Amino acid sequence: MRHTINVLVENEFGVLARVAGLFSGRGFNIDSLSVAETQDPTVSLMTIVTRGDDQIIEQILKQLRKLVNVLKVTDLHEGQYLDRELVLVKVAATAETKPEILRLMDIFRGKIVDVSPKTYTVEVTGGEDKIRAVLELLRPLGIKEVVRTGKVAMPRGMQNGG
Amino acid sequence: MERTGAEIFVESLRKEGVHTLFGYPGGVVLNIYDVLYDSDIRHILVRHEQAAVHAADGYARVTGEVGVALVTSGPGATNTVTGLATAYMDSVPIVVFSGQVPTHLIGNDAFQEADIVGITRPCTKHNYLVKDVRDLARIIKEAFYLARSGRPGPVLVDLPKDVIVGRTEYVYPETAKLRGYNPTYEGHLGQIKKALKAIHESRRPVVYAGGGVILSNASRELTEFARRLRLPVTTTLMGLGGFPGSDPLFLGMLGMHGTYRANMAVSHADLLVAVGARFDDRVTGKIDEFAPNAKIVHVDIDPTSISKNVQVDIPIVGDAKNVLKKMLGLVHGPEWEDRDEALREWHGEIEAWRRAHRMDYGQGKDVIKPQYVVEQLHEATGGRCIVSTEVGQNQMWAAQYFRLEEPRCWLTSGGLGTMGYGFPAAIGAQAAFPDRVVIDIAGDGSIQMNIQELATAVQYELPVKVAILNNGFLGMVRQWQELFYDRRYSHTRMDVAPDFVKLAEAYGALGLRATRPEEVRPVIEQALAHSGPVLMDFHVDPEEGVYPMVPAGAPLTKMLLL
Ligand SMILES: Cc1ncc(C[n+]2csc(CCOP(=O)(O)OP(=O)(O)O)c2C)c(N)n1
Ligand SMILES: [Mg+2]
Repeated sequence: MRHTINVLVENEFGVLARVAGLFSGRGFNIDSLSVAETQDPTVSLMTIVTRGDDQIIEQILKQLRKLVNVLKVTDLHEGQYLDRELVLVKVAATAETKPEILRLMDIFRGKIVDVSPKTYTVEVTGGEDKIRAVLELLRPLGIKEVVRTGKVAMPRGMQNGG
Repeated sequence: MERTGAEIFVESLRKEGVHTLFGYPGGVVLNIYDVLYDSDIRHILVRHEQAAVHAADGYARVTGEVGVALVTSGPGATNTVTGLATAYMDSVPIVVFSGQVPTHLIGNDAFQEADIVGITRPCTKHNYLVKDVRDLARIIKEAFYLARSGRPGPVLVDLPKDVIVGRTEYVYPETAKLRGYNPTYEGHLGQIKKALKAIHESRRPVVYAGGGVILSNASRELTEFARRLRLPVTTTLMGLGGFPGSDPLFLGMLGMHGTYRANMAVSHADLLVAVGARFDDRVTGKIDEFAPNAKIVHVDIDPTSISKNVQVDIPIVGDAKNVLKKMLGLVHGPEWEDRDEALREWHGEIEAWRRAHRMDYGQGKDVIKPQYVVEQLHEATGGRCIVSTEVGQNQMWAAQYFRLEEPRCWLTSGGLGTMGYGFPAAIGAQAAFPDRVVIDIAGDGSIQMNIQELATAVQYELPVKVAILNNGFLGMVRQWQELFYDRRYSHTRMDVAPDFVKLAEAYGALGLRATRPEEVRPVIEQALAHSGPVLMDFHVDPEEGVYPMVPAGAPLTKMLLL
């Protein structure tokens, strides 16, 4: 099963290597990972998307907690958190595809951020399902390049950040 | 007052109560060595940095204090990796300080630069690169605290040259504050009560104790607990000495080379109480068939050890000593009076297994059996000594035949299985306890991996006794080839070996040899009577095997007995 895990860490050099090394050294998967400073500049937040059965996820959570520079680990539960990812997609722009690209950007509230004689580059932000849908619909038009940020996530409402 | 990094380093070690340091100098740590020149800290100059770390490890295992090693940058630092990995796998509290090139050169492939923090990240509990001399005292405080607290382990601190020579105000912090690190010492009372209920209901319980019992100094509690509740106890290789070997409740070691009765008992138990053990594959054999009918209680200070390899029914995160103490406090009252009766049948079964198969070897008239040497060492010392081992058959025979009564007398590389560990570890132990008898039970292969430390032992008058069970083979590997590779002894025979007696003499130590059974005891007596280090070369049966043996991946009940 896919899990989204938020990890609060000390904002120090080497911490990312410790977390990444933990995953690679123990054969855990990372589907995506994003990191940035939080409100408190001494603390960073990582959002990690990973996969595994219950036992593996339990190990991942425990192993993360065991790292000295890790302050808090939260396994985010389906439906109880917000998540967003940003993608940039460079699409072949021809006379036929241009109107379709524009129409899709309208529907998905995406933006054209760069234009060249043969391509449009679009920017779309959204949750997992939306990003998947956009990419599926753009694919037949001729995707040249995709860049994704990986997702960031936050628990909904009153729950504590972590 | 302003101090240099080097002065801060030495002063902080003194504040941590460090008396002995194992080290090897080099360019970037010269300033530290210059301060050590006038210090009352004893520095033991090893002959290879790997040995410095193993010696610190041996020192830590016998004393329970943090062992310390100091090395230079680059090759000095990389030579510590095996020692760190060894200590990491066995949860031994050590702190290794390595020199590093000046911070402005880091990343430039400077002379003798190695990214030792990167290299050792997966084999240390934690590590540090000190980038500013103002952080030095705090980091040293944290390093010692991390090494000894929670599940202990090795910590590496990398010291760039400019940090060593830099100056700052020196204040040694009273405590280490690490907001992301809070080990759980107290077991959860509800879980403890659940475990006791399971123990009470069980008719076929076994306690499976590991190195955690030694690390948390819980042997007394474990012994009292098992005796009071009449629980049979087996230990892992790392747990040996955590429960008295002569106690009738002791089943011996379990696992690949465990006793028949221990493996049978675990396989037929209805309850397994694991204390400070981690269900290693050498212990469990085929994991799906390990203790198939048993409910599992698992006491461990490290949550990651719980339910890692087997699903645990009653987890208790906490320090083994604390948890056992709490349990002891709760097993009073009439409902606990009936233990003998409740477990009578089970003890009967175990007794039958004991009779069905005992470990044995036939010591004939001509060829020395390695097990006989181990038993004679035990007899000659009354078992009252510190024993270290190398790795291979020698290690397993030592585990099987050197009966231990007490904790912190047993130094063996259990998790990593590091050949070359035993001798430097013995030197570290001897440095801690100059008046005790320290014996390294060695193989002819392993001893050559750190033989250079004979010079260290002689120089510092550390009278370690090394007993080489010389079979002319990388014996344990040969045994696997015999059993699983049609006796095709590919590259396990050491056709050339040094004359160990001459070798000892070349280093200024005493060398002794026994080639016949009747010479074994006199050689041991002579070695024990000698005041300096001794190398004993016992020419033993070259193709003797270690039995019982559970082939890798087989269930524990499928023992090759012989
Ligand atoms: C550093 C290292 N290299 C290789 C091994 C693999 N290994 C395990 S036991 C063994 C043989 C050890 O030979 P020896 O020291 O003579 O002991 P014996 O088994 O003969 O008692 C080897 C090579 C190891 N454990 N450690
Ligand atoms: Mg050998």
